Amino acid sequence: MSLLSTEPLRLLASLLLIIAFVGLNAAYLVLAERKGAGRFQNRPGPNEAGYGGWLQPVADVLKLISKQIMVPPESDRLLFRMAPLVVLTPAMMCLAVVPFSDTLVARNVNVGLLMVFSFGSINVMAILLSGWASRNKYAIMSAARVVSQNVAYEIPMLLVVITLLMSTGTLDLSEIIKQQAGGFWHWNFFRLDVNPLAPVTFVIFFICMLAEANRAPFDMAEAESELVAGAFTEYAGMGFGVFFMAEYANIVLGCSLATVLFFGGWQTGLGALPASWGAWKVLIGLGFFLAKMYALVFTVIWVRWTFPRTQFYGLLNLSWKILIPISLFTLLLSSVMIKLFA
Amino acid sequence: MKTDILAVPRGFWSLLTGMRVTLSQFFKPIVTVQYPRQTLKMPPRYRGHIELILDPETQRSRCTACKLCERACPSDCILVEGAKFEGEKKKSVTQYELDFTKCSLCGACIEACPSDAIKFSREYNLASTSKEGYHYDLVKRLAEEKERKSL
Repeated sequence: MSLLSTEPLRLLASLLLIIAFVGLNAAYLVLAERKGAGRFQNRPGPNEAGYGGWLQPVADVLKLISKQIMVPPESDRLLFRMAPLVVLTPAMMCLAVVPFSDTLVARNVNVGLLMVFSFGSINVMAILLSGWASRNKYAIMSAARVVSQNVAYEIPMLLVVITLLMSTGTLDLSEIIKQQAGGFWHWNFFRLDVNPLAPVTFVIFFICMLAEANRAPFDMAEAESELVAGAFTEYAGMGFGVFFMAEYANIVLGCSLATVLFFGGWQTGLGALPASWGAWKVLIGLGFFLAKMYALVFTVIWVRWTFPRTQFYGLLNLSWKILIPISLFTLLLSSVMIKLFA
Repeated sequence: MKTDILAVPRGFWSLLTGMRVTLSQFFKPIVTVQYPRQTLKMPPRYRGHIELILDPETQRSRCTACKLCERACPSDCILVEGAKFEGEKKKSVTQYELDFTKCSLCGACIEACPSDAIKFSREYNLASTSKEGYHYDLVKRLAEEKERKSL
């Protein structure tokens, strides 16, 4: 343990763990997504590769990496090759500040939340880059959509987070979790005394998270029935695969953030664990964190297979006419509550 | 204004209703039939190509090679030949060929048969790369069926 806490080793270990976590999640969330889609439609989903389809991700990855990555002629070669990296890296960097359990955090930055949001917004630029560099009309349309969509949804997302920050008073994610210790009624989702509309705040956060991660029903960037594959049309093989990895990394990140901000992160919600349990406490905390996070990931999949894709103006109307006014109202309400009662 | 504001919670409620519907489907049993490994039982009135019936008493066909089916067929896809064996009063079928490429499954042959010797089979797993693959020798088919049953 002492060897692992020395600086270069700790850095390397957390880097490897995050890359492995993102890779495994991407591979097996694709399977979970397809299996989930199957179950929602009363069919078994992929079940041929390995027992019950458990080797499907391996087959998918082998197929993707054995394919040639072709760069379309007269496209911007450098930007075209760079875009997949620019889309995946920020999501991985954000995971560095997410506390998976008590002390289990790669780098505890005291402005962690700010860092997540600043790196999170690079995602838009990466999809814009890939769309622009592809020299393809569908890709350009998709890029334009992504930009206006993400600008629209960044605003309610940040308003909601500000509402939350007024009661927590810190940007440190570990600190935010520690404030939610004790019974589950201390979780920000149930803190109706500081924000009577806390569940509404969560719903807005969740909707914006879906939109930011370009997930159905807001998958305007991909929109396979209208835009072939949107910004990813010209990508083949692992170039396409990396965009998929980034999509799932963003979902995992968004759900982790929702868990941390609203559901007490690694807190059990049943009160503090006895101090004598030592390292087991960290593992139990990790278990609770992952359980909450994957429950939210399941909801993301559930939403995808329930709702059809919205039209583009419907998407913008939802943000500008409904989500922004409501989040502004909750911001006001919450500040009044804090001023009067805290 | 009031209806606009009410539309938001109503809309959200409808979304939740939709999610409840899909979640209830999530826990329902799988209805997919894993085709080559599992098959559905064909309904009794399914019309596959015709086949000769194996008489359970005599263990042979009841066909007397009267050629009424051949004559009844509007598409001219049946060819029947028979012979009279020693010690028997009636003729027996020796050749029964069906050209299934022309058959429209009208069932006129079955209607016409005086001795109830043919019926629709339940066969639907049909694939061939040539036309000849659909020319069936029903006498051979009957012999195979008999062998299968005796095993």
